[in-house]
Amino acid sequence: MTTSILLVGVGGQGTILVSKILSQGLMKKGYDVKMSEIHGMSQRGGSVTTQIKFGEKVYSPSIGMAEADILVSFEKLEAARYLPFLKKGGTLIVNDTEMYPLPVLTGAAEYPKGIIDKLLETVEDTRVIKASEIAEELGEPRCQNIVILGSMVKSLGLDEIDWIELIKENLPERVHEVNIKAFEKGLEAASLYVKTEA
Amino acid sequence: MKMLLTGNEAIARGAYEAGCLVACAYPGTPSTEILENVSKYKEIKSEWSTNEKVALEVAAGAAIAGARALASMKHVGLNVAADPLFTIAYEGVNGGLVIITADEPGMHSSQNEQDNRIYAYHAKIAMVEPSDSQECKDFVKEAFNISETYDTPVLVRVTTRVCHSKSIVELEERIDAKVKDYAKDTSKYIMVPANSKRKHVEIENERIPKLRDYSNSTLLNRIEYNSKKIGIITSGISYHHAKEVFGQEASYLKIGFSYPLPDKLIREFAEQVETLYVIEENEPYIETFVRSMGIDCIGKDLLPLCGELSPEIIRKALLKEEDQEAYTLDMSIPMRPPALCAGCPHRGIFYEVGKYKDKIISTTDIGCYTLGMAPPLGVGDTCICMGAGITAGIGFDRVNELAERGKKVFGFVGDSTFFHSGITGLIDAVYNGSDMTVVILDNRITAMTGHQENPGTGKNIVGLEAPMVDIETLVKAIGVKEENIRVVDPYKLDETKKAVKDAYESDELFVIITKQPCALIKEVQRERRGLHCQVNQEKCRKCKACLRIGCPAISFDGEIVTIDETQCNGCTICLQVCPFNAIEYFDERR
Repeated sequence: MTTSILLVGVGGQGTILVSKILSQGLMKKGYDVKMSEIHGMSQRGGSVTTQIKFGEKVYSPSIGMAEADILVSFEKLEAARYLPFLKKGGTLIVNDTEMYPLPVLTGAAEYPKGIIDKLLETVEDTRVIKASEIAEELGEPRCQNIVILGSMVKSLGLDEIDWIELIKENLPERVHEVNIKAFEKGLEAASLYVKTEA
Repeated sequence: MKMLLTGNEAIARGAYEAGCLVACAYPGTPSTEILENVSKYKEIKSEWSTNEKVALEVAAGAAIAGARALASMKHVGLNVAADPLFTIAYEGVNGGLVIITADEPGMHSSQNEQDNRIYAYHAKIAMVEPSDSQECKDFVKEAFNISETYDTPVLVRVTTRVCHSKSIVELEERIDAKVKDYAKDTSKYIMVPANSKRKHVEIENERIPKLRDYSNSTLLNRIEYNSKKIGIITSGISYHHAKEVFGQEASYLKIGFSYPLPDKLIREFAEQVETLYVIEENEPYIETFVRSMGIDCIGKDLLPLCGELSPEIIRKALLKEEDQEAYTLDMSIPMRPPALCAGCPHRGIFYEVGKYKDKIISTTDIGCYTLGMAPPLGVGDTCICMGAGITAGIGFDRVNELAERGKKVFGFVGDSTFFHSGITGLIDAVYNGSDMTVVILDNRITAMTGHQENPGTGKNIVGLEAPMVDIETLVKAIGVKEENIRVVDPYKLDETKKAVKDAYESDELFVIITKQPCALIKEVQRERRGLHCQVNQEKCRKCKACLRIGCPAISFDGEIVTIDETQCNGCTICLQVCPFNAIEYFDERR
């Protein structure tokens, strides 16, 4: 059995770093892991995706429609866009933040209203995380990705892996402290969420 | 030791372990990180070359001189390097020569999806096709051995999903690398017709048959027998897709050495299985060969030729599986196309040239600035390949004159692209008397591919100081008249506007050089941290002039216009276009 995680977001949000840390942790735990990312032109404010598969043996790195066990979205419009890739009965983790795409900025299109409500109505296991808000409170908006990492590993039940060590390995020392806090806030946010749901 | 590596990191590791001594490349997605990672091994002399032809020629020279050498490039880069490729193929090597082509089925960041396996066949050189990171490392090492054993350059063909996927790799030690002796041999290394004629015959009669024998016996091509009801011939990433779909329900002939293809192995496999599938991305490269042997198979008649394959596509095409039931949301979801970043220095020039967009034709080029074509800036009529921002402009201008369209041509080219293949175009424009305007967008870096140094940045691949080629001096030396050259800061709209006006009104070849570093360069970000603009809501009349510069930091929610401080770098373009002085500039740098 393999588990498929699809991470989606907007270029510049740090999805690739989170995918990298997550894959390293999964490897340390002894899983076979494949991670596939698409970057290049899309990194300039475009929609970005990373696919992670882990299990005893992984063949294809690709995740098709309705094949992701977990969909992690760093932005809510992207959650809506990639929702068809989530397996029926799968888990959706969504960061409650909005980033306007160019057609919305120029007035050519409208940013849809009520996305979070619709997601909650549609997907039974939807976990809404206010990662951007938490990161702002920490005084470093850019560490929202690490908040999401915390929420994600809690939701996946992978919190026994030494993620703090991996965060330290992957980030420069001057930002260790704030990112470790971000990670812990992410863990907390996910557990709070799970509690209220139960 | 085991590590989780991307295919590109593993290729670099393979080159290191194989004792490679010289490596060259021009950046291009999805190949860029190969040389970035090679350059971390100080044992290998690594260089960003000015273009792919240069990279391959430098590597070829190094190989003839006796070192193991590598050149890497994206698929379209091999077109640029095709000239040396076809002749170094005749000459062969001394030290091993390995050429990496990183193809892009699906075109995530490319202008076409050509299948470069056909180059190996066309140039008559050996080819390997790894399918994951472990194979990337192992096959690159084997490629150096093949190159030296069979006296041939070897093409390593990878694709985006292999380059940019991480999987687990077992690391090994570097072999002791020595430069081989060089002995002058003009009959081998000087391809004048007399030598070429002999060489071509030699390749057809000796190299290719020997390589075909190798192909039939090497472990790079292997059969996995399971159920023999279905047999699958496959290569590269398609192997993993096929394994995921069919598992033990099919047998596999996995092709890792794909030119020349293993005829005997294919026949043996085909005879053992009931139904034969060929599963490969893009061109029916293997399939055409299988059919040419008189063997029937199922391939592109059911599988798509365009785009990437995936387990999902294979299931639908070959097993006729229905779509999985998926979640849907009842809402219209706006697209999120890539856009010029907040603070991008290209915005100012496109905004000013954009004012003339109904009166001009704009031929653009490969780089972030291709995005200038997107609304609301909307500058761009054509984009073909590296360098064509200038040269397609020369041609377009000729016809505009013939047809009396009265439209001036503005050609756009980035700094790295100018060094790559823009210089020859500008010389052509001077020589043939074009009266177009060439805009050279100098943002002090090769930006789109993730910030690589180039001959204009003053640094080399390992970050050491290097001579800086000055674009303005070069443009003058080429023969553009000094009075027709403007160097502007594109963050300053007044001077940019003036230069565009001068260019528009000129009836001679005109060059505008915009100079401002990419906003994403780390030092630039550090320097500008604390600079930002803000909308004064009392003064704002919601005229939306600032929205017409297409900056992703500025948004209008129907009621108020705001600027996202986390994105804004205080470039002040919005401030300069605001007719009501409603945008304020803040410098909060400590």
